[in-house]
Amino acid sequence: MKNFVKSALLGAAALAISTGVSMAADYPDRPIGVEVSYGAGGATDFQARIVTLPAGNEDMLGQPMYILNKPGAGGRKGWNWFATEAPKDGYMMSAYNVPHFIAQGIKGGVKYDADTFEPIANWGADPAVVIVGKDSEFNSMADLIAFAKANPGKTTTSGAGLFVGHHIAALQIEKACDCKLAFIPTKGGGAAAMKAVIAGETLAGINNLSDAARALEAGNVKILAVADLERHAFLPDTPTLKEGGLDVDNASVNFRGLMVPKGTPQDVIDKLAAQVPKMFAHKRVTQKMKQTNSPVKIMSRAEVQAMWAERKATLAELLKGL
Amino acid sequence: MEFLGYFGGVFEPVALLLLLGGTVGGLVLGATPGLSPTMAVALLIPFTFHLTPTQGLILLGAAYTSTVAGGAVSAILLKIPGAPANIATALDGNAMARNGEGARALQLSFLASGVGGVIGVLLLIFLTPVLAVWALKFGPSHLFWIAILGVTVIGSLDSKSFVKGLLSGCIGLWLSQIGYDEIQGTERFIFTDALTGGIHIIPALIGLFAIPQVMEMFAKGRVSAAIESIAVPKYSIFDSVREVARSIRSLSIGTTVGAIVGLIPGVGGQIAGLVAYDQSRKFSETPDKFGKGHAEGIISAESANNAMVGPSLVPLLTLSIPGSPTAAVLLGGLLIHGIFPGSNIFDKHPEVIWTFINSMLLGQILMVIFGLYTAAWAARIAKAPVPIMAAGVLVLAMFGSYSVQQSMGDVHIMLALGIGMYVLEKFGFSAAPLVLGLILGPIAGDYFTNGAMIAAAQNGLFEYFFTGGLNLILIFLVISSIGYSFWTNMIKGTSVDVEARTEVAE
Repeated sequence: MKNFVKSALLGAAALAISTGVSMAADYPDRPIGVEVSYGAGGATDFQARIVTLPAGNEDMLGQPMYILNKPGAGGRKGWNWFATEAPKDGYMMSAYNVPHFIAQGIKGGVKYDADTFEPIANWGADPAVVIVGKDSEFNSMADLIAFAKANPGKTTTSGAGLFVGHHIAALQIEKACDCKLAFIPTKGGGAAAMKAVIAGETLAGINNLSDAARALEAGNVKILAVADLERHAFLPDTPTLKEGGLDVDNASVNFRGLMVPKGTPQDVIDKLAAQVPKMFAHKRVTQKMKQTNSPVKIMSRAEVQAMWAERKATLAELLKGL
Repeated sequence: MEFLGYFGGVFEPVALLLLLGGTVGGLVLGATPGLSPTMAVALLIPFTFHLTPTQGLILLGAAYTSTVAGGAVSAILLKIPGAPANIATALDGNAMARNGEGARALQLSFLASGVGGVIGVLLLIFLTPVLAVWALKFGPSHLFWIAILGVTVIGSLDSKSFVKGLLSGCIGLWLSQIGYDEIQGTERFIFTDALTGGIHIIPALIGLFAIPQVMEMFAKGRVSAAIESIAVPKYSIFDSVREVARSIRSLSIGTTVGAIVGLIPGVGGQIAGLVAYDQSRKFSETPDKFGKGHAEGIISAESANNAMVGPSLVPLLTLSIPGSPTAAVLLGGLLIHGIFPGSNIFDKHPEVIWTFINSMLLGQILMVIFGLYTAAWAARIAKAPVPIMAAGVLVLAMFGSYSVQQSMGDVHIMLALGIGMYVLEKFGFSAAPLVLGLILGPIAGDYFTNGAMIAAAQNGLFEYFFTGGLNLILIFLVISSIGYSFWTNMIKGTSVDVEARTEVAE
């Protein structure tokens, strides 16, 4: 009898283990969705479409990924949906933008923060840059800061929205120079913010390095500085803000990657965390990313978890009292 | 004339096949409810990964032009506008189709699209440098005034009563405020989770136009005598060609409005069709015929929609700034092949860019041929018995609303708006002004906020919004538009009322 109970228990345990294993082994048995909180054609959407290309390969996930756009309100709409309504079975992932969603979580009014989601892996990092029109009188950060100090609150500076990387960079610059800019969040995201600078609607702007590098090549803007710890390979001649004497770190760098909602089975998370970075590193992906001027930075789940925690602390400090 | 040298690229076997496939596929995708041109082009981008840059762009260029025209098919036959651009087409086109003249409506719409589209692309070919400078002139204050100019036509759009038109416009403006504020991120009127993102325009369009009509059909279907099958007479293509050729005024109004609106980044093609429709009616000798299946209505609306396609690419190709959502997707398609748009793109990649533009030009012509060929066949849809038609439209309405964002919330919003609109229609309100309010609300509101923030950092609101040549011209247009409406509807309108009353008294 004792033996029977023992073997029955063992059997049950074995069954439990085997079903557990088979769940992870079966996953994924159908295509996986990737929710993007920005419109089709934006940098996040467009990069997400590239990095998910090899998902269907047998040595990756064996199932293709498809993109589902839910744009609106600087990403709040899509991430709200993802936090509350998305299925927690690994068949719906979301593209994250840090610092955007962490800053929005700190500011409140949304249904998520850094703890609502489980990171899987990071694919890219796009630093913010300070730009001015090609005919602008400003030729360096020093010129711009001198003007801002002489005319507090008159240095109109466009950016993609409130509490996105561009806004964080503006806040950090204001703090570092002890001066006042006029940050103008534009309707229509980064492209509209870029247009505002090129058309002279604003005196300066903060934009994505990848987009600004393209505008520089076309001869439409001047890039004054990069808001990162080191100079960027795309723009070796552009100084960092730190070199210009402004104490601004990399808190505004726009990290992009994939995440799932909290509550997704651990074995599914583990499988994704193991396979997705390989997918990002696929030759076809890195080639396309290079062709499109999109800066790649592949980070593992553990590295992203550390980065999120660090960002959350820095941003809470920066946004205090705003 | 540089572009002529690159026509050879379009006629290579693979390229020609892609051009044909893109055009036909684009028409089908465009005619599918819920699939806007933006989504259709986004769906095609992964296919271009396996093609050379030139081939990929031929596919995208052909698909872009034909999806815009394809949207007219569901607007005319089912009264489900495929995209905001096709709203005005639904007004007269569907009325015509219900008279059994669906083939005529489709033929007119494809011919007008073709004329507008070719002129639009020719503008892109010959005037790009000039137009690029122009596109940059429109800042937040100007876009705000353009939206207000749009608001001034709300009252007169597709409504028997000016006051009821204004009222439905106001309902639309209010509905547009639901959801997160795009710039500040504050919540407005969000009572349930489905509304957090605001009201998406595509489900709203489907609900407001298709659902009241479905309910009407169901109501009618209860009486078997009312289930009549419409005769669908054949309609000669040459008659349509002659009719379009005669409508020079509608064509030129449509093409001009479409080209100008397309050029302005941030307004997009959404309102081109509606504004052209309204202007065409104001200049028409027979304004009463509009909304009842009038050819001029279809011609002006569709020529405007497609005239917008070419100029809307000017800011993208010269400044790397996408002026519309579809242009943003096309930017992705260019970047993915290592082609960075900018002022020097015509020097750096002439073969790619000119082949792309040429493919749009040929795509327009192919689209007309294919459209004309299938029009008579597609129009037979109207022969379907009313109950089947109603059920079919309802299924497509559900499918279309859900597929935009894979959200049941959108389906609920679509049904709620549809039922609300059914009731409103019983009281003489109509959907078009409501939709225009829904589209213009965020444009006016957000650009005002945007402009006010810039103004606060400069010399104040008054100087920012009320000085400068372009602002003054737009304000003048706003005032004249209000004055015109006031004159025709209030002063002349009262006299009609008096006459009508005296007639009744007699």
